[in-house]
Amino acid sequence: MRAETPRVRTLVLDVPDWPGHLAGQHVDVRLTAEDGYTAERSYSLASSPEDGRVVLGVERVDDGEVSGYLVDVAERGDRLEVRGPVGLYFVWRPETGGPLLLVGGGSGVVPLMSILRHRLASGSEVPVRLLLSWRTPDDVIYGEELERAASANGVEVAHTFTRSTPEGWPGYARRIDAAMLEEVAWPAAVRAHVYVCGPTGLVESVASSLVELGHEPRRVRTERFG
Amino acid sequence: MNALDGNAMAGRLQAAFGIDVSGMDGACGVCGATGAVGAQRAWLVAPGAVLRCRACDAVLLVVVEVRGSFRVSFDHLAWLEAVDA
Repeated sequence: MRAETPRVRTLVLDVPDWPGHLAGQHVDVRLTAEDGYTAERSYSLASSPEDGRVVLGVERVDDGEVSGYLVDVAERGDRLEVRGPVGLYFVWRPETGGPLLLVGGGSGVVPLMSILRHRLASGSEVPVRLLLSWRTPDDVIYGEELERAASANGVEVAHTFTRSTPEGWPGYARRIDAAMLEEVAWPAAVRAHVYVCGPTGLVESVASSLVELGHEPRRVRTERFG
Repeated sequence: MNALDGNAMAGRLQAAFGIDVSGMDGACGVCGATGAVGAQRAWLVAPGAVLRCRACDAVLLVVVEVRGSFRVSFDHLAWLEAVDA
């Protein structure tokens, strides 16, 4: 377990008979209270299929029944009820091809990280562009790894900050909008595969802007986290 | 509460069917729209989950957990087809 930020924790689960996963899949985690009350939530895998480990990135949400436990309470050795890997919609395989556009808000970067790591570990050479939206610099997760990835061939990473920026930040400092997407995204004509993950508002605004820019709706895959 | 994506129901549907149908294409029997199960609108309301058509909001199917097993009722899901992702 590792705290990425005060709100986001990386957890590595040891799941017996884990069958392996695809980039972009998630697991369902169920907690059961002593009185039998259960709560179940889905969490994206951050690890690549090549890594093989079950690595989750979990953000504590306000009043989160499951995330509060996973981020603040769970300790090494605790047992969890897990179902997965599941989800065959928001997945990327090297044979799916590219180019790839990965757009994330906050911890929506988690499944995108799985896809990026898979792209790098699989030897795929499809070009990748990431556009990531953060509230403040303290909210950035996987920052160093993203910086390293951006020096790899064919990987470009752009960040935008919506509340406060790093000092002297020369980049974007607003919510993702159509003008930003026009600058960062692939032109619609190259028929990129697009993955958008984040809060509902961000996902819906990004997806509709991309469609207005001419991207095919079927190539814009979305994952909202409420 | 906001609607999620059908992809978020993948685990429940797999528990019911034994296979992951979230990547399959389906059609709405009300408006005729087609698209991936995972791309539709999902409402997760314990102890069940409701999948609605993203185009017309018709209820496609409902999954309810009853004493540890999952029951699926089909409302307006016209068909499902396994397609290459």
